[in-house]
Amino acid sequence: MAALISCEDLWKIYRLGDVEVQALRGVDLLIKEGEFVAIMGASGSGKSTLMNILGCLDRPTKGCYRLQGVDVGGLRADQLAEIRNRRIGFVFQNFNLIPRTSALENVQLPLFYRGLPLRQQRALAAEALARVGLQGRENHYPSQLSGGQQQRVAIARALVASPSLLLADEPTGNLDTQSSLEIMAILDRLNKEQRITIVLVTHETDIAAYAEREVVMKDGRILTDRKTPSGASALPVEA
Amino acid sequence: MPTFLLLTALTAVRILSRNRLRTGLTMLGIVIGVGAVIAMVSIGEGAKAAVAERVASMGTNVILILPGAVTTGGVRGGQGGVVTLTTTDAVELKKRVPLLRETGWARRDVMQIVHGNKNWNGTVNGISPGYLTIRGWSFTGGGPFTQQDLDTAARVAVLGQTAVDNLFEPGEEPVGAIIRINHVPFRVIGTLAPKGQSAQGMDQDDVIFIPFSTAERKVFGTYFLGSVGALFASTERPEDLAPAVGQIREVLRQRHRLQPDQDDDFFIRTQVDIGKVHEDTSETLTVMLFSIASVSLLVGGIGIMNILLVSVTERTKEIGVRMAVGATRRHILIQFLVEAMTLSVFGGCLGILVGILGARATTVVAGWPTIISPETVVAAFVFSVAIGLFFGLYPANKAAWMNPIDALRYE
Ligand SMILES: Nc1ncnc2c1ncn2[C@@H]1O[C@H](COP(=O)(O)OP(=O)(O)OP(=O)(O)O)[C@@H](O)[C@H]1O
Ligand SMILES: [Mg+2]
Repeated sequence: MAALISCEDLWKIYRLGDVEVQALRGVDLLIKEGEFVAIMGASGSGKSTLMNILGCLDRPTKGCYRLQGVDVGGLRADQLAEIRNRRIGFVFQNFNLIPRTSALENVQLPLFYRGLPLRQQRALAAEALARVGLQGRENHYPSQLSGGQQQRVAIARALVASPSLLLADEPTGNLDTQSSLEIMAILDRLNKEQRITIVLVTHETDIAAYAEREVVMKDGRILTDRKTPSGASALPVEA
Repeated sequence: MPTFLLLTALTAVRILSRNRLRTGLTMLGIVIGVGAVIAMVSIGEGAKAAVAERVASMGTNVILILPGAVTTGGVRGGQGGVVTLTTTDAVELKKRVPLLRETGWARRDVMQIVHGNKNWNGTVNGISPGYLTIRGWSFTGGGPFTQQDLDTAARVAVLGQTAVDNLFEPGEEPVGAIIRINHVPFRVIGTLAPKGQSAQGMDQDDVIFIPFSTAERKVFGTYFLGSVGALFASTERPEDLAPAVGQIREVLRQRHRLQPDQDDDFFIRTQVDIGKVHEDTSETLTVMLFSIASVSLLVGGIGIMNILLVSVTERTKEIGVRMAVGATRRHILIQFLVEAMTLSVFGGCLGILVGILGARATTVVAGWPTIISPETVVAAFVFSVAIGLFFGLYPANKAAWMNPIDALRYE
């Protein structure tokens, strides 16, 4: 199967005055289409930094990142925006919904920027909300929803544009166990049924267990990269 | 793009209506500025139109010649102080200046006039035949003097509206009635359509016209036979006024035997000069009000910029989220520009309303004429849009050039 993500020797260096922080120190990573990858590692090991680069929200200081064969480093800001809009769905730890804006409108946002007619935006957004089990909550504001529900709205927003890649940076980090399980069930189903590639950052092993592959980072490098037990069982699908 | 713009505008309205007080205060500068512009322009245009109307009420293409300073042995007489113009001057001018369509003359004095038991001090004008035509008077009843009236110094009079109002009961027919001017009986043969105030603000209808010959011989008494209070002339076309003035000056200087080093002993004024004085004053007023208006518009614009900068900072995270789901720089730029323009356009519309009400109030309270032209309203609207664009550009640019990840991480 084709490589969706291919990173070669990614570096990210932050300069704060005289101090230099090397958040990524030469990351090589290959993720194929349809994979479900969990990224783990200690706090400060560079997981979020890597995710932001994978999500085209940030650029590496050095190294090459190809998304579906395209070297993202050579793209202009508006081309990156289009990639974020059409190919990538991002789910954040703190949900990042736009406040005082209904669930439906939050989910519509990617389609809004894609320039779809309003009617189509609405229909697709409502459908996406239904897929995460939030039908009937379309007109609720984020402040009227529980954390788990807000995260489901965020997932609906991430998948409404039918991206090929879903990036989730600690999506269950702010949720209780029950909500976490619900979120993971949704992600698992998206990966199994729609073959959406998922890269997920987590600190919890039981969350990581949903993935078929586990990448552990340490000090800006990849420490281990292995198949999980569930990944082993899912191997036949990958072929 | 149209869907995007429409939805962005709706979102802008929603965001702005969330914080009504802040939005209202922000718009205040624009409201006051645009209101001032509208009120000022409508007052200015009203005044200009009123002056134009008054100047026009003088007649068309009128030249006014007044007796002026004579230097006798170094002593300078004031305007009108010395008799220097005569009826013969007028006749000669008509002969020697072909550009003139008509010349006429008048002499005036305030006299006591009596009709029945009514008694009134009015301005009596002894006039030449051409006078009424030059000044553009029209009749509401009766008609003008005949040549025979002039030749025989007939005791006939034509009355202005104010004279009619003061001498006759309402509904009473003036034409044919007998009035006494300085104890001399006159028959009223015509009444004139009202003209209102002159460019100098005098009541032009406070007049009684009698033949010049009659005035000289029977009413005013004569020190100098043939001397007049003023000469009037008119040209066919407005562009003839300037050359005609030059030629009149030549003829009069020659006739009055003035040496090249002597000043004119007369003044020549055209309608254009008289209108100009008033235009100049109303222009000064306009410039003054315009500066006030531009300052408040500037302050209003800066207010919009300020509140938008606050808003951009407050919503940094939102901007990051929008960028994360695919908003381009242009999307963000337009979003904030639309917000700025929504503010300024709403403010502008309110300002237009305030300005119109202000102009109306000025008319009602101060009695000044005001004119609200559609051009002014459209210009004010376009101007508000432009202010929004101009002052929104900096904050919108600031938002658009944020780095997605920095915006997202902003706390
Ligand atoms: N904008 C920034 N400026 C400077 N240093 C940064 C910035 N962002 C991250 N870093 C540094 O880069 C390193 C990696 O940070 P990163 O957020 O990727 O860690 P992480 O693995 O996601 O940690 P956590 O599990 O706590 O979320 C850290 O040392 C952090 O201090
Ligand atoms: Mg992190």
